[in-house]
Amino acid sequence: MELIWFAIVALMAATWVALDGFALGAGALHLLLARSDRDRRSVLVTIGPFWDGNEVWLLALGGVLFTAFPAVLAVSLSGLYMAVFLIVWCLILRGVSLELRQHVENGTLRNLLDGVFGMSSLLLCMLFGVALGNLLRGFTIGQSGRFSLSLFGDFQPQSASGILDSYTLLIGVFALLALMHHGALWLNLKAIDPIRARAAASARPLWWLNLAAWIAAAAWTQALRPDMLPALLERPFAWVLTGLAVLGFLQSRRAIHAHPGRAFLSSSLWLLALLAATATCSWPTLVHSRLHPAWSLTAFNAASPARTLELGLIWWSLAFPIALLWLSILLRLYRGRLAPHHEAQAAREPR
Amino acid sequence: MDSALDLHRLQFAFTATFHYIFPQLTMGLALLIFILKTRALRSGEERFHAAARFWIRVFAINFAFGVVTGIPLEFQFATNWARFTEGAGAVVGHTLGMEGMYAFFLESSFLGLLVFGEHRLSHRAHWLVSLALFAGTWLSGWFIMATNAFMQHPVGHKVLPDGSVVLDSFMAFIANPWAFVAYAHTMCGSVVTASFVMCAVAAWWQLNRQHEAVARSSMSLGVSAGLIASILVAFPTGDLQGKLVAEHQPAALAAMEGRFHSGSDAELVILGQPDFREKTIDNSVAVPGILSLLAHGSFSSNVRGLDEFHPQDRPEHLELIFYSFHIMAGLGTLMIALMLVAAWQLLRGRLHDSRVVAWALLMAVPLPYIANTAGWIATETGRQPWAIHGLMRTAHASSEVVHSGSALFTLLGFLGLYLVLGIAFVLLMLRQIERGPGNPPHAHEQATH
Repeated sequence: MELIWFAIVALMAATWVALDGFALGAGALHLLLARSDRDRRSVLVTIGPFWDGNEVWLLALGGVLFTAFPAVLAVSLSGLYMAVFLIVWCLILRGVSLELRQHVENGTLRNLLDGVFGMSSLLLCMLFGVALGNLLRGFTIGQSGRFSLSLFGDFQPQSASGILDSYTLLIGVFALLALMHHGALWLNLKAIDPIRARAAASARPLWWLNLAAWIAAAAWTQALRPDMLPALLERPFAWVLTGLAVLGFLQSRRAIHAHPGRAFLSSSLWLLALLAATATCSWPTLVHSRLHPAWSLTAFNAASPARTLELGLIWWSLAFPIALLWLSILLRLYRGRLAPHHEAQAAREPR
Repeated sequence: MDSALDLHRLQFAFTATFHYIFPQLTMGLALLIFILKTRALRSGEERFHAAARFWIRVFAINFAFGVVTGIPLEFQFATNWARFTEGAGAVVGHTLGMEGMYAFFLESSFLGLLVFGEHRLSHRAHWLVSLALFAGTWLSGWFIMATNAFMQHPVGHKVLPDGSVVLDSFMAFIANPWAFVAYAHTMCGSVVTASFVMCAVAAWWQLNRQHEAVARSSMSLGVSAGLIASILVAFPTGDLQGKLVAEHQPAALAAMEGRFHSGSDAELVILGQPDFREKTIDNSVAVPGILSLLAHGSFSSNVRGLDEFHPQDRPEHLELIFYSFHIMAGLGTLMIALMLVAAWQLLRGRLHDSRVVAWALLMAVPLPYIANTAGWIATETGRQPWAIHGLMRTAHASSEVVHSGSALFTLLGFLGLYLVLGIAFVLLMLRQIERGPGNPPHAHEQATH
């Protein structure tokens, strides 16, 4: 049961990253790609129908953790207090700026809202990466089973003195690059020119930057968490996932113009497989203690009682495919490229 | 330590109160929009389509603010109330998890289609989308109320030796009578808000002699729904809720009613200022015997007074509970009266010509917001000193690792951010009302293959 729920948590986290990730990445990217109001609308129109539903994956992940591993939620979120609220405030600003924009006609105000949207998207990409970096680096959890980190200290990961240190910031930058790349491929698929062309052009340098960041991140993670590589080596499932991640990464730079759908799906595969592989190597640890492994929060010592896990599996198993159904309906209804609308009536008659 | 706890409480109270401004309109409006879409589908009349389109625009803004202000609440369970999360996650995790997995996905996935998708869909399909939003938002309300009901009146659980609360019977947990009553009561309150807002906007247009067709449709629907909802929120749902409080939270009832001493033939205090030191009510306007009757069914029933409870086991903010309860009940009564007058005019066919009623409906728009908020303050403050009644004290539910400096920092952050958001919301709403209905469907984008 614990394994199943660990897998569910990993699956939901990965799905959230792949889905919300393209919206966040495109948002972070759009200030660089867009040169006019119409350009910015070209970006926003590809995110608009999806962002709210995609963000729900984060909230649903929280709900799932609440059921299955409430101690993980409690310990990590209260321990990372400052960063969590920075994330929350950025989520608020991002949502509000995106939704309000269409109700505002004044150009200056629109610029402000777009700036807020772009910056909050960018910060969110980084902060989520920082959060992942924190989980990887681990915390000084002792016998109390808790920790508390200020936002920053001396920036040394060894001392685990703050949420932001040089390592977690690297992971944050990696996350930003990965999601911007992901967002670029989404825009390449769904946006009209000139945004499409600029997004496609940005995907190549982003790919190389990601390669560099991935290697750096892997190397540094290995240095901080020497226990992860042996875990990888002895878990065949992790090899498969790593292989898929590499495959996805390589495929994502091919045929960007001819097969934009495939490029985007490859990037999705990369993100999903990378996160899944990391989770597989981490199993059963959920929140790592740098002091002693006995004090780590694992799927075993932090799980809810069996009764809750069994019941939860029933309602989750029904809800998950339904959520995917709603997503597929949305994708189908908004298939093809999406163009910003002018003030005239829509071209299509209702069916 | 003490100031940290107060700050955690203040932050949750503030963020939850601000958040609830939005869902109380969202949920009620989702129903009213569904009714408008249904009438539009069946009659084909443009005025219903136009009305639905306008109210969907209002709905969209309101929904977005509701979503973003709701996110901090979900996170706050873990950030500021870690011991609550750890200690009760095995039980309430189900309802909170289901809220995310079922309700949020349903409502958020289809919001875009409701707001921008009319031109992409057939009339019937768009009507289905409005049904999805109605179902999603009302389902979300259910799961939250079920969670709160467990905190108010825990059932279906058992307590382990280490103090953590785990699930014993899922059916008993889900079938908590408090959940059904509180849900019905809250949803009626939400329909009241939506009705009053609809009436107020329609009244504004009527007074300005604008947008006549949509104003009339909105006003008629608002008054009809408003009358039914404002009565139902008081009776039977409010009455049943009061009886539950009387049975399971007698200390809270005593605070709400300003009842100091136990006894039968308890009087119902309509107005007054409670003096909790002298244990009297200044300037009291009271009706003898009625409290006993309402709380327990007969004049001779004993209604317990605050004297019976040890100060440690009863709520502390007694004045606040007394006033918030009385404000809720008082405004609730006023709203019924107002809706009765308006409904009477509607039946006589004079509603759309009456400037007096229009002014009254316009000025009344804050009332449901105040009443709903007051009700929540009464019930949450009344539950103190418990986070989970009888099982977990609020003082034992907070995050120990978060010190008062961090807590105040984030509270101040919210105060500032929400001040800006509040201003933006009001300005946006006023612009929508000024712009009015009748513009072409706001097709935000079109697909090109």
